Amino acid sequence: MAPLNDVEKAVINRLQHGLPLVPSPYATVAAELGISETTLLATLRDLLDRRVLTRFGPMFNAGEMGGGLTLAAMRVTEADFDRVARQVNTFDEVAHNYRRDHELNMWFVLATETREGIAGVIEEIENHTGYRVYNMPKEEEFHVRLHFPV
Amino acid sequence: MNTSMDYLAVVPRLPDQGRISAWGLLRLRQRLEQGLPLTARPWQTLAEQTGLTEQEVLTAVDHWQAQGLIKRLGLVVKHRTLGYTANAMVVWNVPDRWVSSVGEAIAGAPFVTLCYQRPRRLPDWPYNLFCMIHGVDRHRVLSQLDDLITDKHLETFPHAVLFSTKAYRQRGARYVSPD
Repeated sequence: MAPLNDVEKAVINRLQHGLPLVPSPYATVAAELGISETTLLATLRDLLDRRVLTRFGPMFNAGEMGGGLTLAAMRVTEADFDRVARQVNTFDEVAHNYRRDHELNMWFVLATETREGIAGVIEEIENHTGYRVYNMPKEEEFHVRLHFPV
Repeated sequence: MNTSMDYLAVVPRLPDQGRISAWGLLRLRQRLEQGLPLTARPWQTLAEQTGLTEQEVLTAVDHWQAQGLIKRLGLVVKHRTLGYTANAMVVWNVPDRWVSSVGEAIAGAPFVTLCYQRPRRLPDWPYNLFCMIHGVDRHRVLSQLDDLITDKHLETFPHAVLFSTKAYRQRGARYVSPD
């Protein structure tokens, strides 16, 4: 990745704190940063084009939207790991599948259209792979100050 | 595409004009999923795309934020691209009566990016509190964890650190915030 310049760093750091809900929000933020609105918008477009940023805009809360969302884990033997990873990843409901160094070594997020959909997808994954899926839905969320300084 | 209409149960009402068009709101939500327009008047642009007024768009987004349907408005950082390549899930076994206060304390640390209570799966999985620490390297993450344990007096709670060693799939379902 090309190193970020000072304007890019300032834009990323500022916009992680959110955007004001006013008619011309980019002008407001640009003024705060001491740059022009045009520069801010061009910087954002460029960061998106270079895929430094994945997305700009509102983040919906899947749980609140009525869909199902959970964290799931599996304990998969070394010999089977790649096969099971491929099988699990064929499901559209699977996101963020990570291998982690623990006995439970495959961890992924499941997101379904409805809350009830989770159980069915888990059963299908178990039937396809032959491994148990541990379902660990969120019971309570503790709010963090999400910020990645650059 | 998620076309669930569940959210219509909490359709915002304008103080003076009654209901905002339900179909307009559905279109607005679909547009918002694609991101906020990079135009000088992004809410006006959305209004033109959805058949609502700019004020209706602002009212709806404000309402959805207050309701918690929209978690936040801003950018989504690809943290790996920014050099945050060490990603540790730290899990704790905390007695149920303390889990809320310990969860709040852990979430308050600046380097903790997610913190949830989840069910234990005994006997295989004794941990009920999960947090994520993203850092530039493992050594740094482990020293941040040491600081956290000392600062918040977590020495008595058993914990495990699960670094991710490989991302098999990072594509996020659209409504899900990246870990």
